[in-house]
Amino acid sequence: MTHLPHHTVSPAQVPGLPLRAGLGLKSEHFIEVLETRPDIGFFEVHAENYMVAGGPFHHYLGLIREQYPLSLHGVSLSIGGEGPLDCEHLARLATLIERYQPQSFSEHLAWSSHGPVFLNDLLPLTYDATTLNRVCAHIDQVQSTLKRPMLLENPSTYLLFQRATLDEPDFISEVVRRTGCGLLLDVNNVYVSCINHQRDPVAYIDALPLQAVGEIHLAGFAEDTDSLGDRLLIDDHGAPIDNAVWQLYEQVLVRTGPVATLIERDNQVPAFNVLQAEAQQAERLLSQVTA
Amino acid sequence: MSTQHAFCAALLAHEPGCPEGVFSSNGADPASRFAVYRNNVHSSLINALATSYPVTRQLVGDEFFRAMAGLYVQTCPPGSPLISEYGGTLADFIQAFEPAQSVPYLADVARLERLRVRAYHAADIPPLDQSRMLAQLNGQSRLQLHPCVATLHSPYAAVTIWAAHQTEGAIASVNPWQAQSALVLRHGLAVKVFSIDSGSVAFINSLRRGKALETALEHALQASSEFDLHQCLGLLISLGAITDLDQKVSP
Repeated sequence: MTHLPHHTVSPAQVPGLPLRAGLGLKSEHFIEVLETRPDIGFFEVHAENYMVAGGPFHHYLGLIREQYPLSLHGVSLSIGGEGPLDCEHLARLATLIERYQPQSFSEHLAWSSHGPVFLNDLLPLTYDATTLNRVCAHIDQVQSTLKRPMLLENPSTYLLFQRATLDEPDFISEVVRRTGCGLLLDVNNVYVSCINHQRDPVAYIDALPLQAVGEIHLAGFAEDTDSLGDRLLIDDHGAPIDNAVWQLYEQVLVRTGPVATLIERDNQVPAFNVLQAEAQQAERLLSQVTA
Repeated sequence: MSTQHAFCAALLAHEPGCPEGVFSSNGADPASRFAVYRNNVHSSLINALATSYPVTRQLVGDEFFRAMAGLYVQTCPPGSPLISEYGGTLADFIQAFEPAQSVPYLADVARLERLRVRAYHAADIPPLDQSRMLAQLNGQSRLQLHPCVATLHSPYAAVTIWAAHQTEGAIASVNPWQAQSALVLRHGLAVKVFSIDSGSVAFINSLRRGKALETALEHALQASSEFDLHQCLGLLISLGAITDLDQKVSP
């Protein structure tokens, strides 16, 4: 007969995300996850998908949350928007956080709403003093409303602004310094942006405040060409993680040590075991830096 | 004009373009880079509509649906970050969309699909205990329906057309010109669609407006003399569609 140790903390109740690989939770996989209880470090969900009154999404997330740590990832708060933050949206986030008690909340360095229009994409910011003040004020508002620090995700971008006065890593460093937020380092976004803007991805990473990294994202990209026929990478979350991104991830881990790492796949979602294999690949790399 | 205002206008413009003040580090035409954002906005919203309106899409084919949805996106971009609610006016757009007039029932099938999405995400409210309900029920009772419950009246066979696209294989011949009404609701985790008579539509809509049971019955019988109260009420009770009952007299 086995004796359970006293005071065991369920994996779902740990205070922060475990230093393991997690998967984006897709509705296609709800039942399989509940029936097979796969050994996954945590699940991440897009907050907006759960901003519904009731029904199957809440039913399944509630059951899965009882078993796994959770990362709540917002995709529509428009932290970089020129207008004020949408207080109703922020209140909906607070409600979700109260209900599901996620180990982590993250959002993007981007804008997605303008006036009454929601554009459903993560759009690029002009990195200058005006934008910096605005982004910091919005993050302060988010963190004080949600009563917890948030992680800010670096974007993938396809264009640069003539009026920009700061580099993206410098802009991010200043936001982290001023607001105390953490960094969600999307390694695929680093790779995509650096190829698109002819930058060295390792130098970009070295310019970031790596001590603030609370989570890493890995994903696949699509490939196109611009008017000169140069590679134009598009962050589409619709493909396996590219070898170049795996290699960059290893270089990040050498610098950061083990960090909770999410495999993102939002389009052309494959069978669960395909995603699980990518999670296992990430865990092998995580264990190498642990050792 | 602010940077984001110009960006937003170019994203939603009918013709591809590029806002001022942007560039590519390799000197490529920034319009070829801006096109990624424009395509992301349009394709993500069109995909969201395709997910919410699968039978509407099947009825006209993917190419026609995406072209129509693209025009809808430009005319009616989302007014909220809640994408599951996006497209609530697509059926009205389809109704007025000249190239879709050859499929006259398309708008009603879209209306039915919208009701299904709403039912899927509607609040979780437990049904009223059956024995309590039956003990208290009388003509003055006002029944509260679950928020997932909705009806649709169509001059076309919208329910049969929709149902014919739920199974693989050949679609049996459907006479689209027969008027049909639908009851849409969620039972447990599954959204159900029933073909109901016009009396049941009048009955359910009267209950929805807070009318007492006997008033709803009058409305139902006015709509159809063949209305069967026991059958309709039995269906609603068995599907957990009644959540509360009160006896206050209507003002």
